[in-house]
Amino acid sequence: MKILTGNNLETGAVVWWEGKGWSLHVDDAVDAGEEFETLLATEEAERRVVGAYAIDAERLDDGRVRPAHIKDRVRALGPTVRPDLTLKPNDPNAIAEVL
Amino acid sequence: MAELISENPAEALASGDVQFRFRDDELVSDPAVTVDAFVGQSNAVAVRIEPGDDARELLPHLDRIALVEVNFPAYTDGRGYSAARILREAGYAGELRAVGDVLIDQLSHMKRCGFDAFAPDAPLNEDDAKAAFDRWPHVYQSAADDRTPIWNLRHER
Amino acid sequence: MYKYDQYDQAMVDARVEEFRDQCRRRMEGHLTEDQFKPLRLMNGLYLQLHAYMLRVAVPYGTLNGQQMDALADIADKYDRGYGHFTTRQNIQYNWIKLEDAGDILADLAKVEMHAIQTSGNCIRNISADHFAGAAADELVDPRPYAELMRQWSSFHPEFTYLPRKFKICVIGADKDRAAMKLHDIGIQIVKNDEGELGAQFYVGGGMGRTPMIAPMIREFVPLDQLITYAEACLRVYNRYGRRDNKYKARIKILVHELGKEEYTRQVEEEFQHMLDQGIEPPFAELERIRPYFADPAFETGLSDDIDRSDPDFALWVDTNTHAHKAPGYVSAVISLKPVGGIPGDATAEQMHLMADLAREYSFDECRVMHTQNIVLPHVKKADLYALWQKLEAAGLGTANLDQIGDIIACPGLDYCSLANARSIPVAQKIAQRFEEKGQSNTLGELKLKISGCINACGHHHAGHIGILGVDKKGKENYQLLLGGSEGEDTSLAKITGPGFDEDGIVDAVEKATEVYLNEKQEGERFLDTYRRVGMAPFKEALYG
Ligand code: HEM
Ligand code: SF4
Repeated sequence: MKILTGNNLETGAVVWWEGKGWSLHVDDAVDAGEEFETLLATEEAERRVVGAYAIDAERLDDGRVRPAHIKDRVRALGPTVRPDLTLKPNDPNAIAEVL
Repeated sequence: MAELISENPAEALASGDVQFRFRDDELVSDPAVTVDAFVGQSNAVAVRIEPGDDARELLPHLDRIALVEVNFPAYTDGRGYSAARILREAGYAGELRAVGDVLIDQLSHMKRCGFDAFAPDAPLNEDDAKAAFDRWPHVYQSAADDRTPIWNLRHER
Repeated sequence: MYKYDQYDQAMVDARVEEFRDQCRRRMEGHLTEDQFKPLRLMNGLYLQLHAYMLRVAVPYGTLNGQQMDALADIADKYDRGYGHFTTRQNIQYNWIKLEDAGDILADLAKVEMHAIQTSGNCIRNISADHFAGAAADELVDPRPYAELMRQWSSFHPEFTYLPRKFKICVIGADKDRAAMKLHDIGIQIVKNDEGELGAQFYVGGGMGRTPMIAPMIREFVPLDQLITYAEACLRVYNRYGRRDNKYKARIKILVHELGKEEYTRQVEEEFQHMLDQGIEPPFAELERIRPYFADPAFETGLSDDIDRSDPDFALWVDTNTHAHKAPGYVSAVISLKPVGGIPGDATAEQMHLMADLAREYSFDECRVMHTQNIVLPHVKKADLYALWQKLEAAGLGTANLDQIGDIIACPGLDYCSLANARSIPVAQKIAQRFEEKGQSNTLGELKLKISGCINACGHHHAGHIGILGVDKKGKENYQLLLGGSEGEDTSLAKITGPGFDEDGIVDAVEKATEVYLNEKQEGERFLDTYRRVGMAPFKEALYG
């Protein structure tokens, strides 16, 4: 599926399109289908997101979302060399799952 | 250099109209021709420089030029700044007009390079533009304007 | 150290206001991202993998204690308690909010710092020898010239929209510690036969996807024409540098395509024309700047003896200090490369400590090295032991300068949106591997440099051993390079062959060092052996 991602304009935080707005958690991301250009343009113009783009991802059996490219998996979690600063500081498997 | 004159309120301007000017002579309204056309003909008084043109080709003809337009198709292409300075360094005193993708945040640099008229594709917010022209309390380098560089201010007796 | 006067301060303050205003216009919607991006970049603000990243300039790498404290405070107040010192002698923060950017720049301006022109297609922060003003082998301190050029290049009206970024480096010794020939303009301050100082110009070096070593285009530019000559170099570039292809837009490509002779001819022509344009600052300005970089009040009659009875300390002295011009002093290097750590990262506490140590032991001065370490330039030999103990206690006492563990690594895929592969974990694994083998300090000088993509921010082209991260069908992959150098004998490293995965590249580096140990002759460094025996034995060991 295609999901949408970008950054929050004011804070720079990585965000994912969850249907009505933008979430910090990739697992909230929804399938954006193929018709997302207008949506992205509107969201950018309304300054709810910056640098937004669509990526390939799959929804795993347990409902979690896994971006196809490692770069977006790193974005979704945080720096692999600083587990303490990621979104899942207490999950010992989080980094292995990114790779 | 003359005071800033804003031509008309921004709302009344069309794309490409002169919005700001630091000259009090008449606006030159002759159509500007290309550098090639200008060098090859004798009666034009206005010429338009594109980014790839060599401004030095105009130097032998400066006395018959009333207006040079320097086009910025994209503001990120900075060749026009060098073209402007080359003309001013050679003594050109006529109108030097920045046209095209002319935006707020480039105005003060353009003015320093010798531009004295600005005709943006999209008219600019007048207050923001004025703030931009007045942005720098001082300047480090000498350029094509008449501002005294900090270097000289420091060593004036 | 240089001190701002009212003018310098007014300019930096004006810039803070300008950027605040630009941020406001962006957040209110008067500027689109396309229009705002180049403006924020000229204030060092990038959008990276996790947030905005702010790059703060450290002009010619020199900081005083108060400035280092301010960098620590920014890390604490606006970021997550740390910063990353870079190969460009700057510092980057990885977790910045756009809303805070104006306040951060205002905090910096209070201590005479800024983020001006740390990105964008303009003249960037000017780098210099990190041992400037201290090294025993130096002809003159290059920093007065770098400071003059800092002022000249700040808000330069003609050169703010160049074809591409522009990096200038100034050195004042024959020994090149700043990769001078890998800059767009490299300047060495030299003396001519008449004993006058002048500037030797090297133009068109760079790394990135087409690395090139800058050729010398002028042996001697008199100091009272320095700025005019630089202006001529830049104008030719601004007019004729390629703008059709971003990958061919650096000045190195122009110099290469025109040829050194033709480029030089055009510069000289422009220079002749500019000479009577009043571009050069009054010579008194250089005279005004120079005393700021005068020697601090070195004590005289100091002993050169060092008590080496503690072997760990003795090792640190041997690896991490550099000969000083004043008797009884050395320059001491604080390693930001603990084994297994993140190269170049320092916490706010460590920065505060380094600020304190600079005040206590080094005339309130420290330097950022392009190898991502910190120098205390003027330390009394008698103080070294006390200094080292304090560094050790804070995890800053690693003895590995220019050795296998002193790895340069760019942020890579952990932080950088352009990356193909992670750099930091590779650096960590290599340092750990050699520590386990007990070889951290037995391989001699060995400069290892890692970039996470072809942009070469980690200088992999200039590594004795270089590592380049590439993308191989969506997987991280690493190429090995050998034989680069960024010194006065600058050379570009060559790729050994097919790439390796993350563990494979660590093994490959180990094999390369084994070849060195087998082949080396008396007194040879890794680089010397490589240059003598060539690539073949290394290839054989890696792929044979
Ligand atoms: C994380 C954000 C960064 C981005 C987006 C970035 C981007 C780039 C790009 C695009 C280039 C290639 C320029 C060209 O060839 O025209 C480059 C080169 C370079 N960057 Fe970075 N960089 C980043 C971080 C760093 C860091 C952390 C350092 C220092 C460790 C650094 C130092 C350099 C150096 C030394 C070069 C090579 C200079 C040359 O090509 O002459 N950059 N960077
Ligand atoms: S070399 Fe590539 S990955 Fe590393 S910091 Fe530069 S742009 Fe990013």
